[in-house]
Amino acid sequence: MTLNLFYFLSFLAIFSALLVVFSKNPIYSVLYLIITFFAIAGHYILLNAQFLAVVHVIVYAGAIMVLFLYVIMLLNLNTEDEPHKSNLLKFAATICSGLLLVVFVGSLKGTEMIVQNTTGTGTIGLVKNLGKVLFTDFLLPFEIASVLLLAAMVGAVMLGKSEKTLISKKP
Amino acid sequence: MIPIDYYLWLSAVLFTIGVLGVLYRRNAIIIFMCIELMLNAVNLVMVAFSAYLNDASGQVFVFFIMAVAAAEVSVGLAILMMMYRNTRTTDINVLNRLKW
Repeated sequence: MTLNLFYFLSFLAIFSALLVVFSKNPIYSVLYLIITFFAIAGHYILLNAQFLAVVHVIVYAGAIMVLFLYVIMLLNLNTEDEPHKSNLLKFAATICSGLLLVVFVGSLKGTEMIVQNTTGTGTIGLVKNLGKVLFTDFLLPFEIASVLLLAAMVGAVMLGKSEKTLISKKP
Repeated sequence: MIPIDYYLWLSAVLFTIGVLGVLYRRNAIIIFMCIELMLNAVNLVMVAFSAYLNDASGQVFVFFIMAVAAAEVSVGLAILMMMYRNTRTTDINVLNRLKW
């Protein structure tokens, strides 16, 4: 039952990830990417990381993808006549990623031998445990992440401002 | 539970699809989305190992990756807006002045 669910979610994730790359219209790419993110959230639930699944849906599907959709609609990019690379470059790109996949296959070939001692009780992904770890072992990175988000916000506002207002502010 | 190598294979495939998208497309927004896909593939491995080793550190790392991804997307899309304002396109082949 769990294995069937795993196969279904994996198929959904890979299929819609391929459609992200190959669909003509950017809007469809965004929508397929949202499907991929939901499938990955399903994987998190299968791995007993419930809180992370919820945060994943909220942050990725709720915030980041809405930002993408907003930018695409703002720039009027929902057309299908965007330029494509030449066939030679597409072929080279496919060969390159295929070679990368070969490298992954080579490096992951022996992993089915791993002895798995799953003694966990499945409560590791609950918010209680995660909060305890986050605020004791990872307190400094947590604070630095807040500074990073502030810097990103300032940078986005700075970049998003139109050039004219920037020039007129100068003395 | 599901064997951990299944998750390793799945995320290897997802990462490869992300790399393929970055190399294949010319639209900068699609390239951003494929970068998100690669980050998610790595997140999946981290959560899988965290669950199998019964250690919460991996899931905390995933939080930090999410924060960095959010920052990256906000700044990247702002740069994209600026690029569109100057060149009226999101084609990355227009911005080839730093090539060579």
